[in-house]
Amino acid sequence: MLVELAPGDFFAEMRLDPRISEATLQALRARHGLDRPLPERYVRWVASLARGELGYSFAYGTPVAPLLWPRLRNTLLLTGTATAMAWALALPIGVWWATARGATVRRSLAVLMATLLAIPDILLALVLLLLAVRTGWFPAGGMTSVGHEQMSRAARFRDVVAHLALPAFALVLCILPSLTRHVRASLAATLDAPFVQAARGHGIPEWRVVLRHALPAAANPLVSLFGLSVATLTSMSLLVEIVMSWPGLGPLLLEAILARDFHLVLALVLASTVLLLAGNILADVLLLAADPRIRAEET
Amino acid sequence: MRAPGKLALAASVLASVHAVALGAAFLAPYGPAEQARALPYAPPTRVHFVDDAGRLHLRPFVHALVDDESAAGRYREDRSQAFPIHFFVRSPAVLGAGEGWRLFGVDEPARVFLLGTDGFGRDQLSRLLHGARISLFAGLLATVISLGLGWVLGTVAGFYGRGTDTVVMRAADVFLALPWLYLLFAVRAALPLHLPANQAFLMLVLVIGLVDWARPARLVRGLVLSARERNYVRAARGFGAGDLYLVRRHIAPQTFGLLLTQGALLVPQYILAEVTLSFLGLGVGEPVPSWGNMLAALQRYHVLSSYWWMWAPGLALIPVFLAYSALSEALQSRVGPASP
Repeated sequence: MLVELAPGDFFAEMRLDPRISEATLQALRARHGLDRPLPERYVRWVASLARGELGYSFAYGTPVAPLLWPRLRNTLLLTGTATAMAWALALPIGVWWATARGATVRRSLAVLMATLLAIPDILLALVLLLLAVRTGWFPAGGMTSVGHEQMSRAARFRDVVAHLALPAFALVLCILPSLTRHVRASLAATLDAPFVQAARGHGIPEWRVVLRHALPAAANPLVSLFGLSVATLTSMSLLVEIVMSWPGLGPLLLEAILARDFHLVLALVLASTVLLLAGNILADVLLLAADPRIRAEET
Repeated sequence: MRAPGKLALAASVLASVHAVALGAAFLAPYGPAEQARALPYAPPTRVHFVDDAGRLHLRPFVHALVDDESAAGRYREDRSQAFPIHFFVRSPAVLGAGEGWRLFGVDEPARVFLLGTDGFGRDQLSRLLHGARISLFAGLLATVISLGLGWVLGTVAGFYGRGTDTVVMRAADVFLALPWLYLLFAVRAALPLHLPANQAFLMLVLVIGLVDWARPARLVRGLVLSARERNYVRAARGFGAGDLYLVRRHIAPQTFGLLLTQGALLVPQYILAEVTLSFLGLGVGEPVPSWGNMLAALQRYHVLSSYWWMWAPGLALIPVFLAYSALSEALQSRVGPASP
């Protein structure tokens, strides 16, 4: 359904250099099939999709697929790392926030998260970039250093991790406040539930009550949120990738838009959609695994 | 803080921010495109009250900036002459702003750059104020469009149900399945790259507003679906009330609270969308300022790390966002949660 809707009429124009003569222009258009009517171009595009080429990039002069795969892998690496890191941080912070006795802890966490939420992601990415440029702790931009090819395997790995740290951290900071708030809200709702009171009444230690009894029961909305967090991170990574020049889908998309390279734009949007859907499917599978009630419904 | 107080505070902060943006032509000391060509990246002008002799002046004054001979690219104050700041000055027409009254100004050759200048020697404060008009109102107008469209489609889908509902909601699913920033970029890609500023502004508002109708539509549909089955609605229908009357009288009023809270959540998102697009050169272009294309200067490393006043538009976003999030929280506690 999505694939059918996506192409649309994005082919409308192809801006070319005025130095190129009208005849050359016509010939070029004919070669790429741009003079054909829209339905035919669309059929050709779908055929190319089926062959796994994903269309033809005018700017690069190659099918889109070989351009796309390495970029998709890099974006996946970035968003995957960021998702893992964000949840690894959000869960303990959210649990701490929900269970903290002291009003000071709660209030300062609330203020911190509200502030973090109000900082636009563009500014956050720029601040981290400033940090990298000023301190030199992290490489500022790119994915590999010069001479990456000559490094040993371990050194190469370290190199990529060092480059990954900054954009991943930017994404984590962008999404952390909303995740933490949801973890807290979801857990706080369960902490007052009768079965949790009963567990407390049985003399089970508080940490065990929280981790073993309350948290699994609170997991359901969080797993759905996981799918949503993948969607948000995919959108955010677009900007962060461009600002930090991480060679993912984002910079290629900007480049393709500026070059009016429509097949490339389409393929990139398609790829991002696939990423998002994959995240949602993963969330559904996790939900099935996490929630016995849904398993029972299915069978 | 109590909810009513918070609501009033957030609303008044936002109202004054927007009023300042509207009054940019009066409040800004210079035109947004007016250049002081000798003074690129000048730091914020120091406003003095006490002169070198230690005398206090009631009227603040500034000194003219001249190139510092000891360090290239630096400026120093020429302390030999003081230029008092005049209030309510009549200014001739300049690039980007018409003839009219300005709140304050100084006589040439001195200049008053309260937030420094950018790489073209343009006053950052004036650009910030003029840019606010574009960035803040782009967010506001896009929200109106997206909520309006979402409200109409959601109401239609929820009210008529069946086939209409299926068609509208499947279309919404398509829009929701695409990451929205990517979708925004894809739609932007189909439009001409270089547009005059006013067309670009209109285009941005329309694109941002139209791309994101699905979320409000889905929420409104849910509300309408349950409102339709209320007994008083059925009773009204039994008395022969028409569709339009039912929607206007019984269904629509129930959705207004949702629209308000959704609006408070969406505006900052759309402001950020405008800033992002302009930041990447896909939105409002030079020389017209928007907070996005002003921030774009930071993409160069030396600007990023050397001239802190170039961060102003980014920092200005923070209080705006804080006010909007406080507004949405206060509204939610007043009229119910943002999602049913």
